[in-house]
Amino acid sequence: MSEVEKRHVVTLEINGVRRNAEVEPRKLLVHLIREDFGLTGTHVGCDTSQCGACTVELDGQAIKSCTVLAVMADGASITTIEGVSPVASRLDAVQTAFHEHHALQCGFCTPGMVMSVRQLLRDHPDANEDDIRHGIAGNICRCTGYHNIVRAVESLVAKD
Amino acid sequence: MNAPLPPYVGQPVKRREDFKFLTGKGRYVDDIKLPGMLYMAIARSPHAHAIIKNVDLGPARASPGVRLVLAGKDLDGRIGPIVPNWIIPGSRVPFRPVIAIDRVRFVGECVALVVAETLAQAYDAVDLIDVEYGVLPAVTDETAAIRDDAPQLHENVAGNVTTIYRVRGGDYAKAAQEADQVIQLRIANNRLIPTCMETRSVIAAPDPDDTLTVYMPSQVPHMHRRWIAETVGIPEHRLRVVAPDIGGGFGAKMHLYPEELLCPYLARELGVPVKWWESRSESHQSTSHGRAHTETIEVAIRNDGTILGMKVDTLGNVGAYLSNMATGGPTVNTVNFGTGNYKIANYEATSRIVVTNTVPVDAYRGYGRPEGAYIAERAIDAVARHLNIDQVEIRRKNFIQRTDFPYRPYGSMGTIYDTGNYDGLLEKALAAFDYEARCTEREALRRHGIYRGIGVAAYTHMCGMAPSRRLAMSGFDRGGWESARVAIDSSGRATVYSGSMSQGHGHVTSLSQIAADVLQIPIENIDVIQGDTRQVQAGHGTFNSRSMAVGGSSLHVCSQQIVAKAKKIAAGMLEVDEKDVAYSAGQFSVPGTDITPLSFAKVARMAYVGHKLPDGVAPGLDETVFYDPTGMSAPSGVHLAYVEVDPETGIVTILDYVAVDDVGTLINPMLAQGQIHGGVVQGIAQALYEEVSYDPDSGQLLTGSLLDYAVPRAEHVPNITSLFQETPSPTNPIGVKGIGESGSIAAPPCMVHAVLDALAPFGITHLDMPLTPPRIWAAVQRARNGANQ
Ligand code: FES
Ligand code: FES
Repeated sequence: MSEVEKRHVVTLEINGVRRNAEVEPRKLLVHLIREDFGLTGTHVGCDTSQCGACTVELDGQAIKSCTVLAVMADGASITTIEGVSPVASRLDAVQTAFHEHHALQCGFCTPGMVMSVRQLLRDHPDANEDDIRHGIAGNICRCTGYHNIVRAVESLVAKD
Repeated sequence: MNAPLPPYVGQPVKRREDFKFLTGKGRYVDDIKLPGMLYMAIARSPHAHAIIKNVDLGPARASPGVRLVLAGKDLDGRIGPIVPNWIIPGSRVPFRPVIAIDRVRFVGECVALVVAETLAQAYDAVDLIDVEYGVLPAVTDETAAIRDDAPQLHENVAGNVTTIYRVRGGDYAKAAQEADQVIQLRIANNRLIPTCMETRSVIAAPDPDDTLTVYMPSQVPHMHRRWIAETVGIPEHRLRVVAPDIGGGFGAKMHLYPEELLCPYLARELGVPVKWWESRSESHQSTSHGRAHTETIEVAIRNDGTILGMKVDTLGNVGAYLSNMATGGPTVNTVNFGTGNYKIANYEATSRIVVTNTVPVDAYRGYGRPEGAYIAERAIDAVARHLNIDQVEIRRKNFIQRTDFPYRPYGSMGTIYDTGNYDGLLEKALAAFDYEARCTEREALRRHGIYRGIGVAAYTHMCGMAPSRRLAMSGFDRGGWESARVAIDSSGRATVYSGSMSQGHGHVTSLSQIAADVLQIPIENIDVIQGDTRQVQAGHGTFNSRSMAVGGSSLHVCSQQIVAKAKKIAAGMLEVDEKDVAYSAGQFSVPGTDITPLSFAKVARMAYVGHKLPDGVAPGLDETVFYDPTGMSAPSGVHLAYVEVDPETGIVTILDYVAVDDVGTLINPMLAQGQIHGGVVQGIAQALYEEVSYDPDSGQLLTGSLLDYAVPRAEHVPNITSLFQETPSPTNPIGVKGIGESGSIAAPPCMVHAVLDALAPFGITHLDMPLTPPRIWAAVQRARNGANQ
């Protein structure tokens, strides 16, 4: 068996559940999440780490999961869009703000965008518009023109 | 009688579809995994133009996990060719095989395919396919392609021109003679990549009953069913096309691509599901591009700013083959609208469709209308600049007047603007923008070496292509109708089956608003089904800003038929004459009597138990409508932008953007503003950032990934003030006009005018998009050096 095909066991906690999987060394974290764990809310929008559709939290920090190999996430704790709301049948504050402000259209960028906004609010709880636009600059949205995403985030800042 | 329910139409109803997208439960094609599914990957041409001398598939076939490897000649005569759906009469249509057989004509063209057990194995095997090419000279630019010595792409397309289209109105030659001056300009409309955040993906799965299900992000599921059926040779009724959630379309997902034919073919051959997924870099060289025009314009004017006539020559670069609608974009969709919102009686336009060694070009948000508006707007702006007339004044002077509608520009037979009030739009925009104050500020800052500019652009166009018989005249192989079915269940709840196809538009919300108002039931009692040809009766889909005007109208009419039938049933139950029955707020009543009203739910139940139906009334409460509009709606708008340009760096900062649009009756102002925001930003992107570039010698695609192609991020775009003026369209029963394309039509000229206005002190009167810092900086340097000589 070649090095490429050799399997490695990865154990991690995802949305509070401990899981393991056998992966090829070249497998990306985003593919582990989507294919092995079936969590398809995390999307793949590019192949050069430009779009942010794959953003998840790794040990509490938003990262682009297409830039991390699955084997590198061994032992980590990961949160995806499916794990954002404490009650699965309800939206959390960021998700609610997106709904209220019509901050999504096709929804493809939305999970990654929500993850980046959570990070932004942790880093800049009193972010102004420039901070917001800068804070989501790693995520491309082709539908909304960003206007309503910025409004949604502003509403979360104002509440604090 | 009960008061009618407060109308849903016109309200900013929050989206009913949001929850799944916000929680990661949206279901896009790439999220679907079927048992036993195999993966297809494509080997693509690295050359822009070459003869295929030999294809060695041996090593790929021996690669681990590989099930099948095929080249073009293996498929020759089995499936294909790919034919366009809109062919302007007189066009020469080049032969387009599904996979190239003996010659490739653009970087990215399919040359072979691999089917393997995993996607990684398929990619590994593609790397082992060895193709021997004999490289030929390539041409990528439309102006170069029509030169006598240009490489020729197709034997049946002499001079690389497939189509010549002419529009004439009045007498331009005479107008030019009578003019005080004739001014000329040459403008380029930069090639763009639509960039839906979800790339294309296809899964074809054979079902046990000898049908085939194709999952694909299609803007036009029923049209795709027909095209795939005809091109692969499958009986259409045995084919089911399912479009689940779609991550943006913008026109790019309404064409017929090789992969959409290959997966169905392979799934039938292999008897298992076959999936293809497009990587982003692959998308840049396989999914259609947009725009790519060069225009030469003459404007015959009087010195007071009156425009007597206009002459336009368009070269539309359509890439290596004629994609689905390629002959229609630079012709009907562009030059028919070249006079914009202005009264220009004498018009002469010629459009030539040019093939080049590039990715095929087809519809992208606005398709032709952005190019048309860019012609009209750059022309009128040039007139204003040339005569030193205020950019607002020149428009007021030449606008089609409110009382002129319906208006046929240059006496056209087919181009008709149904309604409009351009002065109203302009005044509203100027007030929201605080135009006078900004003009004063701009002058004051200029004295301090700060260069600000104001851009103005107006637009109108026609959308919702119809009626069907008119489409026949312009060479379409399809109709212009839309269908809707409303099925009421025995509890009085409704399921709407619509032939329109949301790709982020929010149709579950907007369509149920339309149905709720007619059915007089709460919106929560209405479900909307789209995107499955086994569930939805028929349809054309969503493109050309047609969903509300055509799809919404069909649903409106269909809902009215439901109420009409329910009234008949209610009359029978109440034992009164049908004409005495009134319907409001979900209750059938007999005004002026003490007869107890009947609820919609009770009538629905009676429709299905069928115990007490009037004579001649069939059981059930389920109606289907095929609605063919009588004409097309003509949205319009005026947009204003305020920018600052730093002459030392060439950087443009957008300070403000105001859009005032007339899209007829608003169904949902929140969704409408969302469409404007997104469209305007795509238009700003064309004006300032995005451009596909090819190496002119090798024909290599230089913007091959999102690293090199500048899709704007939140930091690059401004807040947008979106306001409306509602002039209902008389062309449909709900008075709506299209909206989806408005922003991307208006924003490019608006932004370019703003930047040119800021650069006016340097004497710069023209720059081609995108107005990138290097381009602006170089122009400023040239102007300064020129001034110093
Ligand atoms: S998939 Fe685009 S950044 Fe990860
Ligand atoms: S909502 Fe479509 S990409 Fe953001």
